[in-house]
Amino acid sequence: MSDIARSTPVRIVPPFRLPGWGGRLLRKILILALLAGIWQAAALWTDKPILIPSFTATMTALADGILNEGLLSASWTSLAVLLKGYALAVVIALTLVSIAVANGFARETLHTVVSMFMPLPAIAILPLAMLWFGLGEASLLFVLVHAVLWPFALAALGGFDGVPETQRLIGRNYGLKGPAYIVHILIPAALPSILYGLKIGWAFAWRTLIAAELVFGASSGEGGLGWYIFRNRNELFTDKVFAGLALVIIIGLFVEGVVFRTIENITVRKWGMQR
Amino acid sequence: MLARTDDFTPARPAFEARNLTLDYRTSNGSLRAVDDVSFTACEGERLVLLGRSGCGKSSILKMLAGFIAPTEGNIFVRGRPARGAGPDRIVIFQEFDQLLPWKTVRENVAFPLRVAEGVSRAEARDRAAEALRKVGLERAIDVFPHTLSGGMKQRAAIARALVTNTDILLMDEPFAALDALTRRRLQEDLLALAEEEGFTLLFVTHSIEEAILVGTKLHLLSAHPGRTITTFDTAEFRLGNASGDRFDSVVSEVNGLLFDERQRHQDREDSHKKEPA
Repeated sequence: MSDIARSTPVRIVPPFRLPGWGGRLLRKILILALLAGIWQAAALWTDKPILIPSFTATMTALADGILNEGLLSASWTSLAVLLKGYALAVVIALTLVSIAVANGFARETLHTVVSMFMPLPAIAILPLAMLWFGLGEASLLFVLVHAVLWPFALAALGGFDGVPETQRLIGRNYGLKGPAYIVHILIPAALPSILYGLKIGWAFAWRTLIAAELVFGASSGEGGLGWYIFRNRNELFTDKVFAGLALVIIIGLFVEGVVFRTIENITVRKWGMQR
Repeated sequence: MLARTDDFTPARPAFEARNLTLDYRTSNGSLRAVDDVSFTACEGERLVLLGRSGCGKSSILKMLAGFIAPTEGNIFVRGRPARGAGPDRIVIFQEFDQLLPWKTVRENVAFPLRVAEGVSRAEARDRAAEALRKVGLERAIDVFPHTLSGGMKQRAAIARALVTNTDILLMDEPFAALDALTRRRLQEDLLALAEEEGFTLLFVTHSIEEAILVGTKLHLLSAHPGRTITTFDTAEFRLGNASGDRFDSVVSEVNGLLFDERQRHQDREDSHKKEPA
């Protein structure tokens, strides 16, 4: 009996599944193709290109926009502003959270301020920002920082609070204090939450910026991606409006699926802190 | 001047707890967790704190480590009063997440050298590898902790304690979350390392057998609040001979003391309950 069991090892056959990265990519492409098909069918069926341009018309407009109308440089204009605001907000948030970790009063204050400003849509303070800083990059940065700072601070603070007691004590056991303790123990231990906060912050920043640009062009004069959408809507180039929106989605997907995914793969996933 | 031979080296105290008392603040006043506990461990001794769950033995270890301050009493490390936590006493916890998940096993072991002793990166790497070899982990040096089994994680934690210049180890039920076989292997290896390295150990456990076998001195604590019941000299017992009449009689004596004590504790609670009636 045992001899038979030994000579015929049981092979566990997994259900059909494309392995690893390739499989995931293929599934994603399949889903996107399906959605594009539905879109194309809906556009052809309604047959009103000025309201709903077809998928192919939108892609043609996108290619045309990229090749002939500087759509990529408009996107870069938007992204450059966004990255500035984003980085500024992250630095401010980490500073505030570090102070809050060390001091009970500062922590209470931060919690209160976060709860106050979290529900306030960033775009709602744009009129005020324009009054204070005029029509320019400063106003955009102000609303961007507002959009990213609070959700990111909340996630980071939650992450710091969730650091296991054992790891805190290990840090204290080796005599770590102040900034060294934050850098060596708290930040890496809270990294899953910090990355989550960065992702949320990114999404907030991106939609805030596009919305703000619909109100006025980006400061450099040539205008950003939001401005491109707004301008083309005024001229009823609906296919170009769709092309602009598609690009907003593509950039969003790229940052989420490639940039953040890669960061997670080489950190928290590799360390077994996140599945 | 007196001639001193190797046969007679006066044992110097490595750490000492003097009249430790700890009150926890609660919503209605304070709760005494540890009540007037004193002990001394000389260099190379292995002092075991044994008691039932909630008797304050982990709190005593945390006070020794400097993580919490005693309400009353003093702690001395090498004759000097200890203030706060520090790398002169390395703690090994029961929890597996004491290994930092973002560092490889080697980086974890090298960590105290880098942050507490300011050793160069290259030297820390070499010393970490050497410490990992001592605990039998030479084949799992450059992997991340989440890939290790529970026993291997505790071995790595022991290596991280051995790598430093510190020779006072405070272990808080380090093997309690391991299966029986792995626990026995780790107990054996810990004792072999103690023999080899000569560190002084404070070992907290709730297992009577483990307490007698691992320690040279057994400090028995009552339940809630933790008070010293009595102490035993257990240096004669080795893992190899965990049987025999002497061993059995100590086990049953400890058992009896813990049971008696539990009975008294129960009676006391019952009488409290009856009082209002």
